[in-house]
Amino acid sequence: MATMNTIGEVREAIAAKKISARELAADYYKRIAARNSELNAYLTLCEERAYRQADRVDASVAAGKPLGPLAGVPIAVKDVISTRGIRTTCSSKILTNYVPPYDATAVTRLEAAGAVILGKTNCDEFAMGSSNENSAYGNVQNPAAPGCVPGGSSGGSAAAVAAHLAVAALGTDTGGSIRQPGSFCGIPAMMGSYGRVSRYGLIAFASSLDRIGPFGHNVADLATVLKVMAGRDPNDSTSTTAPVEDYSAELDKPIKGIKLGIPKEYFGPGMAAGVREKIDAGVQLLRKLGCDLREIELPHTDYAIATYYIIATAEASSNLARYDGVRFGPRAEADSLISMYRNTRGAGFGPEVKRRIVLGTYVLSAGYYDAYYLKGQKVRALIAEDFRKAFAHVDAIVTPTSPVPPFKLGERVDDPLQMYLADIYTVTGSLAGLPGISVPCGKMGGKLPVGLQIIGPAFGEARVLQLAHAFEQAGGANL
Amino acid sequence: MKISRDDVLRVAELAYLDLTEEELDKYRAQVDEILEYIGKLNELDTTNVEPMAQVLTSDQAADATLREDLVVPCAVAEEVLAHAPDPEPPYFRVPKVIEKQ
Repeated sequence: MATMNTIGEVREAIAAKKISARELAADYYKRIAARNSELNAYLTLCEERAYRQADRVDASVAAGKPLGPLAGVPIAVKDVISTRGIRTTCSSKILTNYVPPYDATAVTRLEAAGAVILGKTNCDEFAMGSSNENSAYGNVQNPAAPGCVPGGSSGGSAAAVAAHLAVAALGTDTGGSIRQPGSFCGIPAMMGSYGRVSRYGLIAFASSLDRIGPFGHNVADLATVLKVMAGRDPNDSTSTTAPVEDYSAELDKPIKGIKLGIPKEYFGPGMAAGVREKIDAGVQLLRKLGCDLREIELPHTDYAIATYYIIATAEASSNLARYDGVRFGPRAEADSLISMYRNTRGAGFGPEVKRRIVLGTYVLSAGYYDAYYLKGQKVRALIAEDFRKAFAHVDAIVTPTSPVPPFKLGERVDDPLQMYLADIYTVTGSLAGLPGISVPCGKMGGKLPVGLQIIGPAFGEARVLQLAHAFEQAGGANL
Repeated sequence: MKISRDDVLRVAELAYLDLTEEELDKYRAQVDEILEYIGKLNELDTTNVEPMAQVLTSDQAADATLREDLVVPCAVAEEVLAHAPDPEPPYFRVPKVIEKQ
């Protein structure tokens, strides 16, 4: 059975006719059949669509036509991203039978580039969570750390790539949901700037924060997938016209002399000692590679979690108003319209989603709007301003991705606040709209993966990828 | 205590969310703890801070505001209704809203 580690390998093998796209897809489905019952990374497979696409790629190879940058590459897609004709559940009971009538723009662009979409991956319900334990369809095992959570919310996508059940995967990041599972599963993972990738067809959690981004086996693959998806989409008014750089072409440029900020607020108490040891080694590696390291201040960091959980839940409570049992999903029986809404939502949403709807509705409600929601928006401005000031002095910022290594399944489910607090290093970049990557930075005790985060200024994706690539090439994963 | 049981009931009413007695108590306690934590934002004087209501600055959003208002084909009604819980094409049927006097 063929295992391809990178997009480059797939492209080469397919172009050289060493393997057909159909054979490669079949090999991945065999491996999924062998391992998915244990990992639970995929919720739905779409063989018919995958083979149809693979055949198109093979026909292009046979006809000697030019191949797209993702020709024949098996890719997994998080189940919050719409796929026409393929069940899309958001890992929620309330969408258990939902079949979208259209594709997300990201999916359309991947397929136009030749990607073969294998199926839809498990995640926290409506992308709300940091451990994938909020899925209505069961937990996901971390292939890199057995018995541990894969991180969340894009846990299934991270696990699928880490276990070689896909060459790359799409996740979504609202407060860390791509970067943290990437870190926990020991693979690179990236979110571009807010507005870089169209959100059309991404089922909304928090619209001012949500972003689609890639997981892969190396940084170069993230560059390829991000480039395919990036750019203006008339169907998303927040997708920007800012030019898309040729990320792959920038990867090998020297990083000597690049100014890196080390925010002291990210290295305080609260970080596990084992994580600190690896991150310190990672920072030293960047210094050895010739980067100019400087201590910086991001003084409002300590207020980021509070701000994030106001903004994100407020937006969620509004976005999730659409699940009413009228147009899609199961409907609970009731004798009046209002009871039908109430019963459908009460039965369809899981505990974390209900908790966030309660919190989000509360912070938006009359009498509390100014004290919470408006206050949150103001502090969000202060957090974004911290970054703007920092980027006047440095080219990128280096931090840990998560203060803790992958934790045991079930260890934190009963304490939502503790779970939220562990998002501290990722929510800041989310609130400020900045691009961020998590790249493997050794393993704690030789076992638990640690991720190093690199944050860039808005639309500084090329620089972030270039640094991560250099870090990876210099052996960052084996520190 | 930041949030009372009555507050949670009121909020659940606003959100059309049916909660069991057990859920009401559990979420009240958990949301209370979260709101207590969120209270730390009051340490900051934000009197003269403009709220951040948009992520993209106006130059980044240059043309990203309104597209041209063109009619494009969107023949998905049949497909949409096929997956609805109680379709009556071309409508969605819902429980009775208006009672006869």
